[in-house]
Amino acid sequence: MKQQLQNILHQVTKQAKDVKSLQDIEKLRVKFLGKKGELTGVLRGMGALSKEERPIIGKLANEVRESIETLIKQANEKLLSIEKNIQFKKEKLDVTMPGKTYEIGKKHPLTLVIEEVENVFLGLGYQIAEGPEIELVHYNFEALNIHEGHPARDEQDTFYIQPDVLLRTQTSPVQIRVMENTQPPIKIICPGRVYRSDAVDATHSPVFHQIEGLVVDKGITMGDLRGTLEVFAKSMFGENTNIRFRPHHFPFTEPSAEVDVSCWNCNGEGCKVCKGEGWVEILGAGMVHPKVLRNCGIDPEIYSGFAFGLGVERTAMGRFGIDDLRLLYENDVRFLQQF
Amino acid sequence: MKVPISWLADYVEIKENIKKYSDMMTMSGSKVEGYENPFHEITNVVTGKITEVTTHPDADKLIVTKVDVKTEIIQIVTGAKNVSKGDIIPIALHNSTLPNGVIITKGQLRGVESNGMMCSIQELNLTVNDFPLASEDGIFILPENTPLGIDIKEVLGLDDTVVEFEITSNRPDCLSIIGLARESAVTLGKKFKLPSISLKENGNGSVSDFIKVTIEDYELCKRYAGKVITDVTIKESPLWMRKRLRDAGVRPINNIVDITNYVMLEYGQPMHAFDLDYLQEKHIIIRRAKEDEIIHTLDDQKRTLNSRNLIIADGDKAIAVAGVMGGANSEVNNDTTSILFESANFDGVSVRLTAKQLGLRTESSSRFEKGLDPYNAESALLRACELVEQLGAGKVVPGIIDCYKELPDKKIVPFRPKKMNEFLGTSIDDKTMVDILTSLEFEVNMEKMEIAVPTFRSDVEAWADISEEVVRFYGYNNIKASLQSGNRATQGIKTYEQRIRDTIRDTMLSMGLMEIYTYSFTSRKVFDKLLLPTDSPLRKTVVITNPLGEDFSIMRTTTIPEMLQVISHNYNRRISKASFFETSHTYHPIEGEKLPNEKNVLTIGLYGDSDFYSIKGMVKTLVEILGINNVRYTLDNDNPSYHPGRCAHVIVNEEIIGTIGEIHPDVANNFETPKRSYIGELDIDKLYKLTNVLKSYNGLPKYPEVDRDLAMVVDETVVTYDIEQVIKSSGGDLLQYVTLFDVYRGEQVGENKKSMAYSLSFRADDRTLTDDEVNKAVAEILLKLDSELGAILR
Repeated sequence: MKQQLQNILHQVTKQAKDVKSLQDIEKLRVKFLGKKGELTGVLRGMGALSKEERPIIGKLANEVRESIETLIKQANEKLLSIEKNIQFKKEKLDVTMPGKTYEIGKKHPLTLVIEEVENVFLGLGYQIAEGPEIELVHYNFEALNIHEGHPARDEQDTFYIQPDVLLRTQTSPVQIRVMENTQPPIKIICPGRVYRSDAVDATHSPVFHQIEGLVVDKGITMGDLRGTLEVFAKSMFGENTNIRFRPHHFPFTEPSAEVDVSCWNCNGEGCKVCKGEGWVEILGAGMVHPKVLRNCGIDPEIYSGFAFGLGVERTAMGRFGIDDLRLLYENDVRFLQQF
Repeated sequence: MKVPISWLADYVEIKENIKKYSDMMTMSGSKVEGYENPFHEITNVVTGKITEVTTHPDADKLIVTKVDVKTEIIQIVTGAKNVSKGDIIPIALHNSTLPNGVIITKGQLRGVESNGMMCSIQELNLTVNDFPLASEDGIFILPENTPLGIDIKEVLGLDDTVVEFEITSNRPDCLSIIGLARESAVTLGKKFKLPSISLKENGNGSVSDFIKVTIEDYELCKRYAGKVITDVTIKESPLWMRKRLRDAGVRPINNIVDITNYVMLEYGQPMHAFDLDYLQEKHIIIRRAKEDEIIHTLDDQKRTLNSRNLIIADGDKAIAVAGVMGGANSEVNNDTTSILFESANFDGVSVRLTAKQLGLRTESSSRFEKGLDPYNAESALLRACELVEQLGAGKVVPGIIDCYKELPDKKIVPFRPKKMNEFLGTSIDDKTMVDILTSLEFEVNMEKMEIAVPTFRSDVEAWADISEEVVRFYGYNNIKASLQSGNRATQGIKTYEQRIRDTIRDTMLSMGLMEIYTYSFTSRKVFDKLLLPTDSPLRKTVVITNPLGEDFSIMRTTTIPEMLQVISHNYNRRISKASFFETSHTYHPIEGEKLPNEKNVLTIGLYGDSDFYSIKGMVKTLVEILGINNVRYTLDNDNPSYHPGRCAHVIVNEEIIGTIGEIHPDVANNFETPKRSYIGELDIDKLYKLTNVLKSYNGLPKYPEVDRDLAMVVDETVVTYDIEQVIKSSGGDLLQYVTLFDVYRGEQVGENKKSMAYSLSFRADDRTLTDDEVNKAVAEILLKLDSELGAILR
């Protein structure tokens, strides 16, 4: 009987090697392990064994059964893995073919610049203030220390609706409206659309965008202005950016400055972007003129403040290398897709 | 302002190289736009003397010359007619360069070697105004005693560097050599050499023998000073003066006119010279013009004046537009023998408005309009007389005419060093401040802690201005950066409306729409192109009184035209499909209000590969994200700009919040867009109010849904909204979702009929539904569909 069992195991070992399909395996299983299978047949003869032999043969029979099961299982796995590989081969793709396309919208480059600036100043505790584009002359000029007779008020620069109503030429009137209605501390930026009577060309547009900032509180200094603009310039143009103040004149700030950043393209060495200067002018800034504070009912003996402004179009053009301002308002898909 | 460095050097020592000087001036507030030698293009051109002239063997019109350029004798072939042996002329040698990119190399002319070129004044970019004795159409023949082999730029004084300054409008005093010399001196730490004037005044008689002056309007003319010159000889002014004028961008004319221009540039005080012989009654009257009074100005134009214009008149007629331009009738000419120099102070605003009205902005008016120092008028006048004596142009008559009511005192402002340091964030000591201010000619009184402001600095009014004066020389970039340390904190946060606009933008982007920016003004013509009736409220617009042109003349009341233009632009560039959105404003006048209503609108535009349901789906997605429920769409067959069968109102709570649809084919035609273009305009201000940002969680279902599909045949006229309303109202609590999944038209359903297939989902929260329950609900739905809409189950 022992011989029979070993014989069966030997046969299974041999036949398992030759199986070609899952059906072959099933046949093998039925043939040896099935109810009428060979192993079952052998085990049926156990009753004829002696008391001593029975446990020994029983143990052996179990071992043989386990071995057979293992063999069948291995054969099965082997076959499955072959079949899988065949399937994988069949299903092989050309992964270099293009992927499916999904329509994606793109933010306009002006939005990209505005959001970037907004995010820097939101992080510094500023709020975003807005105001009307069609504005009273009082807010656009008078309150900003630009009096009757000042060349900036000329019709050749400003669009008028009525003698005392105009299309705002700057977002500064928003600052006046905020100062009139808010007790310091005031920390705002004012992004918005502004208008000047410039004919359309590669560098001019009668409609453009500005972002201005205003801080008013006790003890605000010109050093604070410098520190703030340094943080801003580094966030916008990189950690190694330097800034430079040049004296200038604006009616609503005193002292006033034009602010240059070290060229982001050449790090100040001089290149096409900065016209060899190493610096690119990006901002106008200054300490809020005491008269402007007084116009808004804020006492310049107690409070002081600073203000700054930048042109969104000019910043976008510099940042993205756009050489013609008209592209920003033409909205050609092939242009918009690039941002 | 263009400034020759040599001119500045009369009043301040400049040792720095030009780059360093320019940088320093820019950093102290006098911005240098650029600098150049205007004649830097001329190289390798030297003086040479013709030593031999022979005929050309093969050409009648050419001659062969030998020219001595000191280092060698060279042969030059020329066609010039005005040269002869012994002439000294500018010679462009082999490999020389001339203005406008001209390069001269040696070559052959009709077979004879020529090793250079003789130059005319035009070839050197000069005119007879620069060198009156030069031939206008021949070679430039230099004076006999000119040394040979010398660089022509040196000989003609073309080697000066000219610096161009950008002067801000608050500093008219810097529109002058003297003003910039003063700034240069403080910037460079040098002494400013104030010019001192000495006059011989060897003319006969006294000024009052020659002329009387009356100011009728002291408001517009604060001061009128004049001096008389007799025995005038009109000729060209000397080379040095012509050279400086030319470098500063002023054309030399004759000695007297050149002197007035020279003094204007040097002192910043515009001047004028009248021919005394042409002044009627020997009387100068400064008055407002009469209505329609006519003056014939120097530029040979007849100009009509009005009572807002200040003029200079003689006893009879207008002889100059004050501060703008002189009249032709009293112009200095070659026969002039006696003149009156005018040096006056006119009101800036008046001069500016007059110049604008006449379309005549001159060097003079652009200085006056910024407001000049009345004290400067006298110094400038004396300087002009000094130049007359120096140039031998005439005899200065003793005495001065000087009319004014009162001249302003120096402004006194408090000196507040502590406040200034606190304001600037600096700790500049008093002495440094005082030194800077003193060198700028401010007088600081430390006892009274007061500063007297020089009269030429009308821009300085209070301590903030003084701070700027100090800090621009202390160094803007020496201010230490700080960040409002120790101040009260503020919250950086967007408003509710700003966040909703962000959400709208993000949603549109996520659906593949490109963001656009378009102009806010437009033309009235767009209303016709949109087929709007004449009484359409959209035609009530905010009108620009001085637009750039009709196309930009009104503020838009709808954004559709600009969207259609963008679609057209792209479509006409063979872009087969695109989708856009814009968040912007429209502007609507309000009766009785100064300022209009500025509405926030969202505009959507699609073409190619899209249909009505594309744009509807986008709106659906948007309102869903904004948490707005109960949105209804109703056919709007009344909007002239849209296809009458493909336009819908978007309605929430019985309020129209927008319109979407296919553009009317005629409108598409008018804007040259594809016929199937889809436009939507949504009112963002209304979306603000409807948006529900509060989110709350409902438990996930514990029991399964049971789905039933049903297809029914209805009349073509029955709309989906009505079918769904019937299903929803009759489906009871168990009905969860109603989804249309197929619409079929064809023979099988009959003419003017359609088959609508819906999938319905039923569920209860507390049990698994039985078939019976669902069947009952479906039966109820079918019954109602039949009775209310005549729908028949297929």
